[in-house]
Amino acid sequence: MTVSAPVSHRRPAQRVRRHQSGSVLWSAVRTPRGAIGLVLTLFVVLVAVIGPFVAPNPPVALLTVDFGKPSAQFWLGSDVLGRDVLSRVLNGGWTLLIMAVCATALGIIGGAAAGIAAAYLRGASDGIIMRAVDVILAFPQLVFALLLLSLLGPKLWLITLAVGVSHAPQVARVLRSATLDVSERDFVKAAELQGMRPAKVMRKEILPNLVSPLMVEAGLRMTYSILIIAGLAFLGFGPQPPAANWGVMINENREGLALNPWAVVAPALLIALLTIGMNTFTDAFARVAIGVDRRPEQAALIEDIA
Amino acid sequence: MAVAAAPVRAVVPARARPIARLFRRRLAIGVLTLFLVSVVVFWATEVLPGNAAYALLGRNATPVRLRALEAVLHLNRGIFDQYWIWISGLLTGRPGQSLVSGLPVWGYVEPRLINSAVLVFVAGAIGALVGVSLGAIAALRKDGWFDHILSVVVLALTSLPEFVVAIALIILLSMVVWHVLPAVSLLPPGTYAWSQPELLVLPVATLVIVIVPYLLRMMRAAMIEALESDYVEMARLKGVPEWRVVLVHALPNAIAPTIQVIGLNFLYLAGGIVIVEDVFNFPGIGQALVDAVTDRDIPVIQFIVLVLAAFYVVMNILTDVIALLATPRRRIAR
Repeated sequence: MTVSAPVSHRRPAQRVRRHQSGSVLWSAVRTPRGAIGLVLTLFVVLVAVIGPFVAPNPPVALLTVDFGKPSAQFWLGSDVLGRDVLSRVLNGGWTLLIMAVCATALGIIGGAAAGIAAAYLRGASDGIIMRAVDVILAFPQLVFALLLLSLLGPKLWLITLAVGVSHAPQVARVLRSATLDVSERDFVKAAELQGMRPAKVMRKEILPNLVSPLMVEAGLRMTYSILIIAGLAFLGFGPQPPAANWGVMINENREGLALNPWAVVAPALLIALLTIGMNTFTDAFARVAIGVDRRPEQAALIEDIA
Repeated sequence: MAVAAAPVRAVVPARARPIARLFRRRLAIGVLTLFLVSVVVFWATEVLPGNAAYALLGRNATPVRLRALEAVLHLNRGIFDQYWIWISGLLTGRPGQSLVSGLPVWGYVEPRLINSAVLVFVAGAIGALVGVSLGAIAALRKDGWFDHILSVVVLALTSLPEFVVAIALIILLSMVVWHVLPAVSLLPPGTYAWSQPELLVLPVATLVIVIVPYLLRMMRAAMIEALESDYVEMARLKGVPEWRVVLVHALPNAIAPTIQVIGLNFLYLAGGIVIVEDVFNFPGIGQALVDAVTDRDIPVIQFIVLVLAAFYVVMNILTDVIALLATPRRRIAR
């Protein structure tokens, strides 16, 4: 009985938890902030995903004069080499999105594993993991990515990897402090007394209780991934010309800002809408799920020093 | 960090000067972190597959040129030897020569370092001032129209990339709408930013716009908490005039937790200058880093990345110490 009781208690409890995190997501969508954020994000994602199929012209074809004004044929005018801006905008989002999603997933998985392990295992593992975190944190994220790109050149997989790795320490810190709370609870103690292995305790008992902070962190990291990857592309470290990419477009069309501002404004606007949408939705979710008017990383920072 | 703090918490009540002790501890961790950072930089730029000499020469790599360049970079020695030559050179103020121009790294980086420092501190100071005052005003007018408008604006601004803000400012202020300010700085490399202060306006404005929202949110939350506290109510009941309640009782207590965020902003600025300097062609280390990465100028990359990391570590220690000094409660709680 002593063995089966906690198990039978845990099952329904877990089901309730899953149900809750789903309903938290839903109630976040129903707040005005959440709805606006979701609509903006979905709009940009839709443009990026469907865009390549509906673009009127090939994105790399030289069709007309440089920096031509918008016309009936070219709705957003033409760019620095006389290519159709609308077609390039429609084609230029999906690499950014895929890279951002992969980098975010990498950072969240790596960071969560490190943070949970550090907080649950304590002792030497904690010390080593948190020192590694300190070291990576000492590099500004963009600078860390530039450092890794300096030797192998702007390979897309390397950019994704670099951004993912630079996310991990921040995720690890937030998840570490969240885990410290959870690992003191009775159900964790009960699982330990049953002789459950540490790896299984972390996966089955602790992780399901960290879904909310994990999702907030994922939203936040996704926003930063987009900022950094688009920023790198803007600096020239991303898809190489003539590839159509929002960051690249902003950079290459800057000189024609006075002639055809749309070549710069359209991609800039889409990136802005995407990050604003992601951030607004994450903010709404954080308010519903955690109930603080403060970003989780700041909360962690303040706790850190207090 | 909490790892290091744990033993302190146990010992400190018996000690006379917890701050000095904490400071020494943070300093030791900072030095250790910097050492590890230097190892990472060294490893990433010189030991990773595809060694630096090969990367630099690219397709022009003939065995002879490769070996000559390897000798210049000391790549033909053992790894520990290489690290020792590199780090001792750095610490004695001889970070080597640029592989592209052949000039000493220090002479190339120094004026840019000063320009970037000016940019970071001017933007950080203005940002702190604007953020703290707007946050305090928003808290005083909590749920009023000012507060509501500000919170929407802040939410939109928090997530904007620097280059989008910069482009918007260029469109607004120097190209399309008005023609007031120079869109790119034409400052020749090697000159200092203050010789033409108007060139600082747009880069500083961009950075301020990017850092203020964060700070404003924290300040607003801290100020609201302070205004709802018992001591403020006590002061009001005693009949202290309202301006005195706000400026003397609430404001200092709200600023203390915000110091952490001000420090965080300076840390952010260390990375934020890279894109902003590139957009405005501002001759600072951010622009130099982008150029060096494009040209694979390893000594310049190593030096600039280490400077930025050192700035981060030092700033982190300073912020923590100042934040502790500003909140006596926490000192005792330790």
